[in-house]
Amino acid sequence: MKKEIKIPDIAENVETGLIAGILVSEGDKVSADQPVVEIETDKATTDIPSPFDGVVGEIKVKEGDEVKVNQVIMIIETEGEGEGEGEGEQEGSEQEKDNDREKDENKKETNSGTEGENEKADEEEKEEDDEDETTDEKDEGNDDDKKETAKKDDSETKDLSDVPASPSVRRLAREMDVDLTKVEGSGPGNRITVDDVKSFAEKPEKSETSNKSIRLPDFSHWGPATKEQMTTIRKITAKNVSEAWQTIPHVTQFDEADITNLENFRKQHMGKVEKAGGKLTVTAILLKIAGFALQKFPRFNSSLNAENNEIITKHYYNVGIAADTPQGLLVPVVRNVNSKSLQELSVELTELAQKARDKKLSTEEMQGGNFTISNLGGIGGTAFTPIVLPPQVAILGVSRAAYKPIYNDGELEKRLIIPLSLSYDHRVIDGADGARFLRWVCDVIEDPYAILQ
Amino acid sequence: MSETEKHQLVIIGAGPGGYRAAFMAADLGLEVTLVDPEINPGGVCLYRGCIPTKALLHLAKIKADAEQAGDLGIHFDKVKVDTDEVGKWKNSVVKKLTGGLGQLVKARKIKYIRGMAKFLDSETLQIEKNGGGKKEITFENAIIATGAKPVELPGIDMDNPKIMHSAQSLELKDIPNKMLIVGGGYIGLEMATIYHAFATEITVVELTEDLMPGMDKDLVTEFKKANKNTFKEVFPETRVKAIRKKGNALEVDFEDKQKKKFSKTYDKVLISAGQNPNTKNTGLENTSVETDEKGFIKVNNQMQTTQKNIYAIGDVAGPPLLAHKASYEGKVAAEVIAGKKSANDAKAIPAVIYTEPEIAVCGLSEKEAKEKGIDYKVVKFPWPASGRAVAMNENSGFTKLLVHQENERILGAGIVGRNAGDMIAEIALAIEMAATAEDVALTIHPHPTLSETIMEAAEVFYGHPAHISTKK
Repeated sequence: MKKEIKIPDIAENVETGLIAGILVSEGDKVSADQPVVEIETDKATTDIPSPFDGVVGEIKVKEGDEVKVNQVIMIIETEGEGEGEGEGEQEGSEQEKDNDREKDENKKETNSGTEGENEKADEEEKEEDDEDETTDEKDEGNDDDKKETAKKDDSETKDLSDVPASPSVRRLAREMDVDLTKVEGSGPGNRITVDDVKSFAEKPEKSETSNKSIRLPDFSHWGPATKEQMTTIRKITAKNVSEAWQTIPHVTQFDEADITNLENFRKQHMGKVEKAGGKLTVTAILLKIAGFALQKFPRFNSSLNAENNEIITKHYYNVGIAADTPQGLLVPVVRNVNSKSLQELSVELTELAQKARDKKLSTEEMQGGNFTISNLGGIGGTAFTPIVLPPQVAILGVSRAAYKPIYNDGELEKRLIIPLSLSYDHRVIDGADGARFLRWVCDVIEDPYAILQ
Repeated sequence: MSETEKHQLVIIGAGPGGYRAAFMAADLGLEVTLVDPEINPGGVCLYRGCIPTKALLHLAKIKADAEQAGDLGIHFDKVKVDTDEVGKWKNSVVKKLTGGLGQLVKARKIKYIRGMAKFLDSETLQIEKNGGGKKEITFENAIIATGAKPVELPGIDMDNPKIMHSAQSLELKDIPNKMLIVGGGYIGLEMATIYHAFATEITVVELTEDLMPGMDKDLVTEFKKANKNTFKEVFPETRVKAIRKKGNALEVDFEDKQKKKFSKTYDKVLISAGQNPNTKNTGLENTSVETDEKGFIKVNNQMQTTQKNIYAIGDVAGPPLLAHKASYEGKVAAEVIAGKKSANDAKAIPAVIYTEPEIAVCGLSEKEAKEKGIDYKVVKFPWPASGRAVAMNENSGFTKLLVHQENERILGAGIVGRNAGDMIAEIALAIEMAATAEDVALTIHPHPTLSETIMEAAEVFYGHPAHISTKK
């Protein structure tokens, strides 16, 4: 018997994924729970197991295909009922249908001649049925398919009965290929005017701006070039950052902190934390400090509901850490930073980083962040302007620390200085608040007693 | 043009749909051939439908007015009807109009072939010419505009001259004393109005529960109130089982809802039990044109059938079976064939029953609005509150609008009363323009006219009509 394997519900809010790998071939024997394909979703890669024992009959997807939840990806022939029988069954039902049709026919014949007004109509119906029968015989199922598509075409034409536009405006829209159901009318009762149609036709469709705005030249004109499909992670990152870039008025504030003392502290306690299974990094310490900062400056722990002109302040402190992985940018979230010790945070961060690299992060582990830290210091750079990750309102960028000569009471001292960049949503946060937040963070880095102020 | 050359556009049927399509196509620069058995365009509408009935209904109205004039102080001697003269005048109306269309065909250099066309395949037509002879022509595009014909009831002998369809009843041969009309739709009721003027005693039998199936109840009730004396009897939910000759008359067997059987005798019987599309003997089976279960040709919103180069318009392309709908579709088909991006996107097809009083509707009926789940409000203005109606001695009738509760757009309308058919066009325009009740209320309507009732009905929506008080 043939059974289908469908894409299961992978995670909340995940509708599509990419086939990252096919682990079986047609004709292979599979057992229940044996992984058959690998799916790259949102941000993680998951194995999809076969729900039953059997032989792979047909694989309906190939690597790189985008698939949706509930899409059939594979047919498994399970044991018990053979293929032949299945077909027999189908034939049987066909015959039954034919019989039914004949019965209907007979019914009609016995009916006609007795009733009054409707008889004629019946008569005609019957004749039409006869015609149908002959075409059916000519090419069985195809005929039905054809009719189906014809019907579909009809239903696909947009229903304009509720669109408030005059006949001439409707004609103009047709001529300009404007979908009136998407045009907002400026007249009374939202009536759509000629001008509304024209201005709609002139502006590119909002949702597709990012994809459509740039027309690409033929690069092979200048040299060899290859194409590759964007991975799901790439696509999501592209979509999120362009949305953020288009909707959030960004300001980036730069500052520097002296981490000479922090480095000493870090080296002192590194061993202890390592024994606990974590790594005491600058990021881990910044994570702890960020928690305090968010508590002190609640505006940075908020989200903006622009539609209702509301600012939503959260009373928990979850901080995302941007992680560079072979698959691309992932942002695991550390929850309730303020209720965890530095050692706990270090351990958790280490685990999350490992999971990210192993593609084992769940969607859940990447949701619910209020603020993000992106540390590129390990790679280099003196400063950068990170993009806020909506619905958050701020992000802290960390660049490479370097020794600098610093005047201290008239004496030049060699100090380790780290450059920090804070990008924030200016709709919610003003420049002075941004400067204050970042300075407070720097003060605490330099002198943790500052927290007590 | 030689007969082997391909015709750019052949239109089969020269009714209001076919000739409108032909004129439009010719005006858009297409080479057009029009095929119809009559000497001039016009189709059923001009020869045996809309126009001759309206001519006779006009006379019926004059007669009724003359008879009522006594109440107003103008006394005529007994009104006498000479059916021969009436028939002649009616025929002259038909001739004048169809002749005019013939002139317009010539002026547009449209090739007019008298005959019946049948598809041999999807690019060849066989034309059986009037007076014998067949020829084949090939075409690039064709429009089927063959219309519809009255439903024939089985077991009823239409060769009996006393059993008529509407076309024969318009010939006015011996006006019967007692007539049965089978079918209470618009054709039956218009014929009832005409024959009532000729003093015929009318009985109507209708299969559904009331006259004018599908029409909002309040309109039907108002019509019946004004027509208490028009009908001797009305048998709703009753079926005609058989019609027999009985001496010089006809005996009709009925069966009502409770299966109770009874028989009555009439001088003549008019069958107006609906229309069937004229798709038989047109050779559709030789093309890929598909029809639905009722025989109507399936078309998309460009009037294109399932055979790409063949279009269908008017009655043959599905309900409502109305001349003005056919004309509109004819224009669309012609424009599409001429390469324009045209489509049938009409929001409101008005319909008029030219009885006395007239009933006109357009847009959504209350039933349809309910089915669509639309939050609507009915606003009504009764004609006895209209100065003009009273001055015309019109003592009944109303104008009703359906208005969307939220966006206040006009959704539909129904009018019962004199000249309702001429008034409904304003509301059709309002619906097509997506006008709000406020737009209508703020448009100055001339005083004193019946059109003011539309404005005042719109004002009812806002609670401030001048001539009736709306209780809050």
